Amino acid sequence: MIDVIALPDYVQAAILIGVVLAEAVALYAGYGALEDVLAPAIIETIEQV
Amino acid sequence: MEVLGLGLELLVLFVGFGFMVGVFFGFFGMGGSFLVTPALLILGYPAPVAIGSSMAFVFGTAVIATMKHHDVGSVDYKLGALMFVGIAVGIEIGKYGVLALDALGQAELVVGSVYILLLAAIGVLFVRSALQQDEESDDESESDPDDIPEIAKTIKSYNIPPMVTLTDGSKASMWTITGVGGGVGVVSGFLGVGGGFIRMPAIYYLIGVPLAAAVGTSLFGALMSGAVGAFSYGLDGVVNLGIVTALLAGSALGARIGSASTAYVDESDVTIYFGIMLLLASIAVAFGELASWLSMPILDTVSFVLLLGSSAFVTVVIFYYGAQAIRENGRTATVSPGGND
Repeated sequence: MIDVIALPDYVQAAILIGVVLAEAVALYAGYGALEDVLAPAIIETIEQV
Repeated sequence: MEVLGLGLELLVLFVGFGFMVGVFFGFFGMGGSFLVTPALLILGYPAPVAIGSSMAFVFGTAVIATMKHHDVGSVDYKLGALMFVGIAVGIEIGKYGVLALDALGQAELVVGSVYILLLAAIGVLFVRSALQQDEESDDESESDPDDIPEIAKTIKSYNIPPMVTLTDGSKASMWTITGVGGGVGVVSGFLGVGGGFIRMPAIYYLIGVPLAAAVGTSLFGALMSGAVGAFSYGLDGVVNLGIVTALLAGSALGARIGSASTAYVDESDVTIYFGIMLLLASIAVAFGELASWLSMPILDTVSFVLLLGSSAFVTVVIFYYGAQAIRENGRTATVSPGGND
């Protein structure tokens, strides 16, 4: 297993950017799929309350 | 139990706070970052950690917002790329300012004080804008979306070389583009914000890009600012990835709900609450500063409750108006994209 702490600073900083980018893309896609599935039901429920 | 290096309470707090920040970002197109640094300062994180983590959060939210805007709006990638050098240099200058102040033990005080003024100024602008909207609600004037302000036309007329051709076919001086990128970069690097609340008007008024493209391009600028800032602070090892991940997990969801709410809620109904929230956030940061000066931890608690409470209140107001509009109007509303940092 790679020891991140032992890597040069610029590599650690680049990994940080890569991790945040991957998180952002995953969250965008994940919540997008969730919205497609749940949004109509939630709006319908609010309309009926 | 620890998740992402955070205790369960802090994790829930950051996801919840991120959610509220995301709602503001999606609804108002701003507020994505200038609440995060103050919150981290109030929680006792050192200024470099607060700013570095906020910059990484800005990067993540800007990636999401740019992906949305890429499909529904216009982004001048060429202009964004031309601003890159200015942004990178500006952020480095801002960061060295923070690190120099940190070495003197004054970073929290100075950054906190600048935030008090910044939040108060933006809060006053929002409240004033809301009050003017009320007075001028009957005065509707049509304007050409491709039109640019007079000041931009004047600046463009100077033709200081090197001149570059933008995506819309107009020309702008490389000096103006670099100056805008650099100036906003300094603010971003010093405060840990995306800087969209300055960059978007600067692109519109100084470079002379039409409003719709200015919004999209400003988002792309926020993406670059966030990436450069996160990398730069990351080199110093001060970015807390656990905080960034928790905030992003909340804000990505909040931004979707906030953005969807714009289809149902009239922004003018809520603008004044957002302005008041920013004024309260300014007071909250002031309490945080006083807590350090007077060694009174109770003021830290007051500050924290004020910041979180006012954010929660505005979120509830947006949801309340949204639910009311959905019940009254059904599905007649149309969707519009949100988006500036």
